[in-house]
Amino acid sequence: MQEEQSGPPMDTDLDDRELESRLAKTWSTRPGFWGKIACVDHKVVARRYIFTAFVFLMLGGLLSLAMRLQLSQPEARFISPDRYNQIFTMHGTNMMFLFAVPVMEAMAAYLVPLMVGTRNIAFPRLNAFSYWIFLIGGLLLWLAFALDAAPDVGWFAYVPLSGPQYSPGKRTDLWAQMITFTELSALAVAVEVVVTVFKQRAPGMSLDRIPVLVWAMLVMSFLVILAMPAIMFGSSTLILDRLVGTQFYNPAEGGDALLWQHLFWFFGHPEVYIVFLPAVGMVSTILPAFVGRPLYGYMLLVMALITTGILSFGLWVHHMFTVGLPRLGESFFTASSMAIAVPAGIQIFCWLATLWAGKPVYKTPLLFILGFIFTFVMGGMTGVMVASVPFDTQVHDTYFVVAHFHYVLIGGAVFPLIAAIYYWFPKMTGRMMSERLGRWSFWLIFIGFHLTFFPMHILGLWGMPRRVYTYQPELPWASLNLFVSLSSLILASGFLIFFIDAIKSWRSGPPAGANPWNASTLEWATSSPPPPYNFRRIPVVSARDPFSPGNDELTVATGLRTDRREVLVTTIVEALPEARESSATDSVWPFWAAIATSIMLIWSIFSPWAVVWGSIPIAVALIGWFWPKGEAEDES
Amino acid sequence: MKTSRFLFPLLVLLSGCSGGVQSALNAQGHSAVALKDLIIFIVLVCTAVWLAVVLVMAWALMRRHKRQEGEAAERKMTIAVSVAIVMTVLIVGVLTFASFLTTRSLYSGTDATVTIRVRAQQWWWQFIYDNADPSIAFQTANEFHIPVGKDVRLQLEAVDVIHSFWVPSLAGKQDNIPGRENVLTLRADKPGVYRGQCAEFCGLQHSHMAFLVVAEEEADYQRWAAQQRQAAVQPVSAEAAAGRDVFMSKPCAACHTVRGTQASGTSGPDLTHVGSRSTIAAGLLETTRGSLAAWIADPQTLKPGNNMPIVPLTSDELRQISAYMEGLK
Repeated sequence: MQEEQSGPPMDTDLDDRELESRLAKTWSTRPGFWGKIACVDHKVVARRYIFTAFVFLMLGGLLSLAMRLQLSQPEARFISPDRYNQIFTMHGTNMMFLFAVPVMEAMAAYLVPLMVGTRNIAFPRLNAFSYWIFLIGGLLLWLAFALDAAPDVGWFAYVPLSGPQYSPGKRTDLWAQMITFTELSALAVAVEVVVTVFKQRAPGMSLDRIPVLVWAMLVMSFLVILAMPAIMFGSSTLILDRLVGTQFYNPAEGGDALLWQHLFWFFGHPEVYIVFLPAVGMVSTILPAFVGRPLYGYMLLVMALITTGILSFGLWVHHMFTVGLPRLGESFFTASSMAIAVPAGIQIFCWLATLWAGKPVYKTPLLFILGFIFTFVMGGMTGVMVASVPFDTQVHDTYFVVAHFHYVLIGGAVFPLIAAIYYWFPKMTGRMMSERLGRWSFWLIFIGFHLTFFPMHILGLWGMPRRVYTYQPELPWASLNLFVSLSSLILASGFLIFFIDAIKSWRSGPPAGANPWNASTLEWATSSPPPPYNFRRIPVVSARDPFSPGNDELTVATGLRTDRREVLVTTIVEALPEARESSATDSVWPFWAAIATSIMLIWSIFSPWAVVWGSIPIAVALIGWFWPKGEAEDES
Repeated sequence: MKTSRFLFPLLVLLSGCSGGVQSALNAQGHSAVALKDLIIFIVLVCTAVWLAVVLVMAWALMRRHKRQEGEAAERKMTIAVSVAIVMTVLIVGVLTFASFLTTRSLYSGTDATVTIRVRAQQWWWQFIYDNADPSIAFQTANEFHIPVGKDVRLQLEAVDVIHSFWVPSLAGKQDNIPGRENVLTLRADKPGVYRGQCAEFCGLQHSHMAFLVVAEEEADYQRWAAQQRQAAVQPVSAEAAAGRDVFMSKPCAACHTVRGTQASGTSGPDLTHVGSRSTIAAGLLETTRGSLAAWIADPQTLKPGNNMPIVPLTSDELRQISAYMEGLK
């Protein structure tokens, strides 16, 4: 697509070095503090996002150790009931809203533009805004915890316990408003990912050539867009009940306590897949690189991803099997919850087939993926168990369920995520992580995980409920609980080694080349770490594996301007070039908009008038953000 | 791989021999037995599936690699994957059907002889034996009796927030939800004492919201019910009589009922026969004069955040009131 134009400078007919220097000038972030604040490079923003999310993971992990200390013996008094309730609420809220979802979205924000071969994510300023909102929401929650004012009604915040009558004070308002922060940031990234995947793919990357990880991130983003409004509606009406006296959830005034549960789980169940589907994509991408053959069953896997995404909206009631719903409804949700085992099974079978036909190279990422299959299938099996209504009436709200969802969330999502960090760390930082520490961390995490969480199944069947700050000595749970508490230290030490490895390697790991794993997706077709403009020239894709490692010659397209940030817009299905679109420049306005939004949201906990007066600074910031550039945004 | 590590706990789990009086694996009631059968069936099937997956994975990793490329190998793999998918669908179908059958068996043909209203509240249980004839209705707290071998209908209600009624050795759990009424049918197969506990997080003392179900033969049950219908017994000792006077003159009577006296508060448990129950404070302590005294003296240390205030008493008053409580058989 050589466009002959005499006007602005283009990347056509420039030699590599000249082109690189011009692109670097156009795309680089200004130095200094404000330059960093203003940066809208998706890689920089996503790296901050990932780093912040891992800090929250570490803090959430410390909370779980505190809980294990308190539960290590019956009627222990290490932690007061009030503090314990704050701790388990913080643990769940933090892990779901500040770690799991953000880290997966951040991986999407980092990888998707690279994997589809574009220069920046769609709506880069929105991306920066989303990070600041996420950061402030997280800080708000943790500040509340530091001030002994953290929410204490569980991460699910069931009414009426979380309502104005039974949770006076500001704790629950802080929780509900923190939800607003994280949902806002999650929705923003989801929209960016969808648009990037649909409109910014490299020419020739038709729908059937999109890498599985990108498919996974696309489906995940749709889940976010469809599921999050339910919880935003829920948290907003909860705040209204608490602050301005509406009665959405008050049965005495015609409200309904179960409405909250429906809204929460209509979001909460897809949430699980929001976390899990990216992991499926990661496994499908990493596995081929370590068995030396392409992924088996691309089409099957993509169909399974989409099916899982659709089915995930038909399962929420299995969190409510004991609330006394009509039996017909319960049977329907049993069937649908069981049915999701089919696409999950298909994914597993495709990976096993890939393993079968390949020749494994036991590097750390592969270890974590094998550990993932071993563990996640167990979690899937217990998932089938709790999908059965009668079975669930015995294990719902017990430690059996605690075990189940840690198997699927840690085994099913965190294991692949760590594999992904080991795998993409070289791309993100230009340095390799340590194989030796990687092995240590894998075995400690793997063994520690099973020793910690497997006994919880038994505790649950033995009748131990969840969310108890203690239990009585006459109950036969003490020795297993002590065992679990001690095992959690092994698990924690595995994570500690992982963190140490990441920090050490970041500073002084051996340099990685452009493509240390001989992988064939596009992010490996540029240097490590990639330059601010990602690709010197936009790659052209002609097969499902966009390029073969070792072959430096990448087919490329030219015709983008070099004097302003431009991305190539392509058609949805075939990815045929359509237009050149300008990509936003660095700006501090997203930062100020985030500050203004945060002030309004936090202020609104204390006065409804904040919504009125707080909107003025937001409007000012948005005007700055969208100030016209006096130049056409795109050219066809 | 790590299978041996899992086999041991699995055996313990399947044998179901340990666990005591509050365990889904120690099933002593009609529902719980059916549920335990279902649990064992599903766990066995799922364990087999999991083992199969892990074995295939281990085999795939360890087999000598004669890498077959090309159409034939690819076709073989497609057949294997297709078979696996069909198997998955079949297994899921069988489990769904088994689950459906169990549900049917749990709910079929209940004509309960006893109906009990279970009012859950922060953080204790109120059990009301209603009757059309109010003279034979009565209520108790944190412990109730049922006749063995009979269906007992429980109407589950919540006074404040959501709670969940759960006696794992007798039946699966069912929530108590404000503004709604759920029904659960219990049937104990053997006489015994079964412990239950609130299963839905309900605030500060969710951990200490237990209760006991005493299942006994019909005659024993009738004797118990007749005794519970009686007004409180008169104190037999001077100390207990003094205790009654302290009880009536202090704030105690504002929250608690002792039938046959002027104490008729309703926000705390009915104490008419508190001495006949085996625990106090929702399963927290065994009922003894000492534990009664400890509880009355300082309920906020034993169960922080519960709704019983500290009522200042002299040590004599405390002794007297404990004697009175213990005597309320």
